[in-house]
Amino acid sequence: MQNALELVYWIPLLPLLGFLINGLGRRYLSKSLISIIGCSVIFASFILSCWVFMEVKGGNSHVAEYFNFISVGKLIIPFAFQVDALSSLFLLIITGVGFIIHVYSTSYMKEEKPEHFGRYFSFLNLFIFSMLLLVMGANYVIMFMGWEGVGLCSYLLIGYWFKNNDFNKAANKAFIMNRIGDLGFLIAVFWLIAKTGTVTYADVFANVSKLNSTDATVITLLLFIGAAGKSAQIPLYTWLPDAMAGPTPVSALIHAATMVTAGIYMIARSNVLYSLSPLSMNVVAVVGLATAILAATIALKQNDIKKVLAYSTVSQLGFMFLALGVGAYSAAVFHVMTHAFFKALLFLAAGSLIHAMSGEQDICNMGGLSKKIKITYITFLIGCIAIAGIPPFSGFFSKDAILLSAFENNKILYVVALFGAGLTAFYMFRLLFVAFTGNFRGTEEQRHNVHESPASMTIPLIVLAILSIIGGFVGIPEVFMQGGEKLNEFLAPVIPLKTEHLVSQATELSLMGLSTATGVAAVVFAWFFFRNYKRSEAGGLGKILENKWYVDELYGKIIVNPLNKLGDFFNSVFEGRVIDSIVNGVGKVVNYTSRQLRLLQSGQVGNYILLMVLSMVLIFVLQFFLRK
Amino acid sequence: MPVNYYIFLSIALFCIGIAGVLTRRNAIIIFMCIEIMLNAVNLMLVAFSKMHHLKNAAVDATAGSDGQIFVFFIMVVAAAEVSVGLAIIVMMYRNIHSVDVNFLNRLKH
Repeated sequence: MQNALELVYWIPLLPLLGFLINGLGRRYLSKSLISIIGCSVIFASFILSCWVFMEVKGGNSHVAEYFNFISVGKLIIPFAFQVDALSSLFLLIITGVGFIIHVYSTSYMKEEKPEHFGRYFSFLNLFIFSMLLLVMGANYVIMFMGWEGVGLCSYLLIGYWFKNNDFNKAANKAFIMNRIGDLGFLIAVFWLIAKTGTVTYADVFANVSKLNSTDATVITLLLFIGAAGKSAQIPLYTWLPDAMAGPTPVSALIHAATMVTAGIYMIARSNVLYSLSPLSMNVVAVVGLATAILAATIALKQNDIKKVLAYSTVSQLGFMFLALGVGAYSAAVFHVMTHAFFKALLFLAAGSLIHAMSGEQDICNMGGLSKKIKITYITFLIGCIAIAGIPPFSGFFSKDAILLSAFENNKILYVVALFGAGLTAFYMFRLLFVAFTGNFRGTEEQRHNVHESPASMTIPLIVLAILSIIGGFVGIPEVFMQGGEKLNEFLAPVIPLKTEHLVSQATELSLMGLSTATGVAAVVFAWFFFRNYKRSEAGGLGKILENKWYVDELYGKIIVNPLNKLGDFFNSVFEGRVIDSIVNGVGKVVNYTSRQLRLLQSGQVGNYILLMVLSMVLIFVLQFFLRK
Repeated sequence: MPVNYYIFLSIALFCIGIAGVLTRRNAIIIFMCIEIMLNAVNLMLVAFSKMHHLKNAAVDATAGSDGQIFVFFIMVVAAAEVSVGLAIIVMMYRNIHSVDVNFLNRLKH
């Protein structure tokens, strides 16, 4: 049964076809046809991915080479797909969650004009295509193509409502921030080519001995810059909250479940390189943890529901980087998976909530919705419990795996991470209580219009809620169940298993108890403070948090403003004086000389002949001298 | 006769031609001077071809004859050219009642 793995090229090809059909036919196809095409191609990819996953689970892996993508001198970069444990798991997440979000989008976006509806679905399909390219590529160059593709789609979808200039600015911000990271990635790839002469994963990892420790550190740090851009880590995280300008399903798909985890995938894929450089590992861990805490503190005081979720995503990504940094690659991948479930769920539920509130995003104007939109409320609650890390929901297992690895590595990291986990539980339940309990604080018209979303939106919510509940069991720790941690075992071909357990079972259990207690305590606090929320002015630290630590303002001051000033300088001085005077000068010289030369053309034949004769004489004389 | 004489004569004729063209304004005189220059060149060609013949006659009986033939061709073409040139001058006289080339600067403006 090798043929499933030989058909892998259909997995990205189908979304590409969907993109082409929907994109080219957006003016001619009806909305229902567009949704059918858009969803069915992803569903077909999902079925294929399941098939491939089964094959890989049976112990197969496959590298399919199609043609030479670049061939220069000794460097040959094949266009090849690699299907192994890591990529097949990502395939499932991308196509599975992607399909659910496509279905959800069909009704979330139904108010759009057919043309824009087609544009939306074609971008969504293109995104899935790029993301599949990213995870399936068998070398860094194919990964980079997918990497740029998802960046492009992210830009296009954030700026989907392009008539709003703020949204366009958010799209630009996301794209530019990503470019900074991409440059790091690109330099890392060049460095790899210079040192190992190849970019194919298998060859690079077989040739790591050619890299000395400096090379390994620089390459991994550069790769991490790329990952920090794509996965919104300090210092490049500020684009992600602004990216919430896009439609909510886009936020769920791109800015929570899939694209932002590309950085995690890249580092997990390059784990062989990272293992060579303890320094890079520490940098990754510290940056990840710092991001987790910073974003969590900001999320405490945000009132836009999507902003809270965005900062929560940044924070969770920070946790994943922490896991990568302490060497627990499979824990990071595990958290990617569970996070994809519960964060997609939270975003979609938030979308349903926004839908119910006629476009209202400010939680201060909500409240008391739990009875009116039950399904949304319950699924949102499940998502919150999952992200808060309360057993037996999926977030508990993955977050605990991360905390445990942090504990094994460094106690300080553990304590800070635990604090971050508590913050997570607190701000998520603050969101829940403010939005769903207490009194309704919106306008009378909004109150009148509150309604549960249609089935095509609630069913995806229910499916994701179920996944959020049970998704954690694939990585259930061995202390609970003999032969647990199936995920680690599955990922073993790509990510080497850690055989020994550094801590005793008793310690492990007590750590779990501690983190659960922290989560529950945070929930209780949140309930205490926010069950009857009333809007109040924040002061002191609260104001700083509300303004996101003034990071955007800081970036504005130290980077954007100087660049603008420089631009103004070049515009007024350099452009005006230097460029313009060169251009005008050329014109003036030509004008002047031609005015003078014009006098030669007297119209007198004799003059012409005289000139001719003189020139001939000159040529003879010159020739006479030059021949010597 | 040495070929030098022919060369000097030819150069003299050519310079007379140039001087005439440059200094005179009468189109017919200019035309004649051009003819003189043309014939100076012809003379040169004949002289060299003769020299070439004398030098190589022992080896090749027809050496240098192509130069003579060229000259005949040039004379024929020159005759044709003269007729065209004179026709132009006649037309010029009919139009501006003068054969002074300095009146013919109308293309300037």
